[in-house]
Amino acid sequence: MAQQSDIVLTAPSGVRPLLGQVSWAWIGVAPFFIFALLFLILPTGFLFVGSFQDVDGNFTLNNLVNLTQPLILNAYWISIKVSIASALIGAAIGFFLCYAAVMGGLPRWLRPMVMTFSGVASNFAGVPLAFAFLAALGPQGLVTKLFIDYFDFSIYKAGFRVVSTWGLILAYLYFQIPLMVLILAPALDGLKREWREASEILGASAWQYWRYVALPVLWPSLLGTTILLFANAFGAIATAYALTGSLLNLVTIQLYAQIRGDVLHDQGLGYALAFGMIVITGLSNGAYIWLRARSDRWLR
Amino acid sequence: MKGAKLGPWIAIIIGTLYFVVPLIATFEFSLRMRKGEYSFDAYNVVLGDPRFQESFIFSTVLSVLTIIVGVLLVVPTAYWIQLRLPKLRGIVEFITLLPLVIPAICLVFGYMRLYNSSSWLPMTGNDISTSVLLMFGYVALALPYMYRAVDTGMRAIDVRTLTEAAESLGARWPTILFRVIFPNVLIAILSGAFLTFATVIGEFTMASLLDRPAFGPYLQLIGANRAYEPAALAILAFAITWACMAVIQLFGRSARGAAPKL
Repeated sequence: MAQQSDIVLTAPSGVRPLLGQVSWAWIGVAPFFIFALLFLILPTGFLFVGSFQDVDGNFTLNNLVNLTQPLILNAYWISIKVSIASALIGAAIGFFLCYAAVMGGLPRWLRPMVMTFSGVASNFAGVPLAFAFLAALGPQGLVTKLFIDYFDFSIYKAGFRVVSTWGLILAYLYFQIPLMVLILAPALDGLKREWREASEILGASAWQYWRYVALPVLWPSLLGTTILLFANAFGAIATAYALTGSLLNLVTIQLYAQIRGDVLHDQGLGYALAFGMIVITGLSNGAYIWLRARSDRWLR
Repeated sequence: MKGAKLGPWIAIIIGTLYFVVPLIATFEFSLRMRKGEYSFDAYNVVLGDPRFQESFIFSTVLSVLTIIVGVLLVVPTAYWIQLRLPKLRGIVEFITLLPLVIPAICLVFGYMRLYNSSSWLPMTGNDISTSVLLMFGYVALALPYMYRAVDTGMRAIDVRTLTEAAESLGARWPTILFRVIFPNVLIAILSGAFLTFATVIGEFTMASLLDRPAFGPYLQLIGANRAYEPAALAILAFAITWACMAVIQLFGRSARGAAPKL
């Protein structure tokens, strides 16, 4: 109670306290912080602490050392490869698509259509996405059959499998590309027409405009969004699980199996797996936020 | 100038093909159940399956509860931050971004260990409390979208003037919050709500690990055991996502600037 009246007393004198007491505001935001503590911070903290404890609760680095066993390292490596590939390809294609829709000089009705569809496709993830790709590129899929019927070419005989790393990357692109389009559109809008005109008047070629004006302004957005796509793919599991079962040794699938059945028979290792994942997504998101702040300086 | 437009057209056409072909393929596949001819048999089987109905209702109810709890959590917070506690804005925004940083599978793993049946708060002890735990997990997953939607809406209106006007008319804070602020950011709230719905309705990881009979795990189960039904389910899921986005677009158009930018 004493604290409450303190806050009221220290309220700056010129300002009439809205709603009487500042303490109402603190009570108003309290549920949010309690929620954050119970369902975001404590559970994560629990995993962090757990990864540095042995079965009896003593401090140990063994769990982290155990992450270096081949199966686990391989899982991290495959996850990172899939995420990097889907992020880079998604970012490149997303950039061209976004450029085409925003500044490609195409009919005006195209842009809202592309944006709406991107909104839908970027949210069409998880299990149904895997079904769609099985129906398209599975052994009995429509695309597979069309290739055989019309081009007399079996993509399966050529070595393609939808249940594979590349099949998964292809499926991930279905939400990665639209996400790139959505996040990049405001950045492309921020490229002022005057900059282009000014560079043209000064005799710059299109390439010079992109090299010396547009890309230096855009690169934090481009790189930042690519990193975001990476984190997006890295934490995903549902599509991969529905598409490949446990065939693909991704770190999320490894952790899923560990939580479900304790296949590794080592609780501490489970914590360490999760800890490693959070460190990777945490670092990449940190980089995204930093780059985002840089790009906002130009694209106001 | 004609030549300059060729590239953009090619990009759009290839993009359209990549995004439309899997949908057409899925639809075609879902019609193949009866041998030799196209039929809607797979849809009949799916829609008539009592487990489909149960899991879909379960997930719908859970989504609605998630939205209600999320709104009650986010709107007052965004309001007080805007009006009274701007110095907390940084930390609140950081917290709302955490669910994008911590993968859902890690979050639910933490829940399972922290709230197991022998812990201080045994939320995984029985079905109801596990469902409540799942709902809070979904609130966490939806937090980034919900907060950004509401915060954008809140910035678009003059919170301070509205509050002062209501105060000088003698309103107390529950009246201000629920009868003045809420209606003014309703469009933003609804945008966030439908985005939440689209995210939560088919969510797999959390529901499956907490072993709740939700729609996501049902989808996965059917996918592992059937041939044509999964395609029908994928079409239904796509239709739901599309409907949610269409509603958000509609809101966005009716209140420019109040819709979330995502």
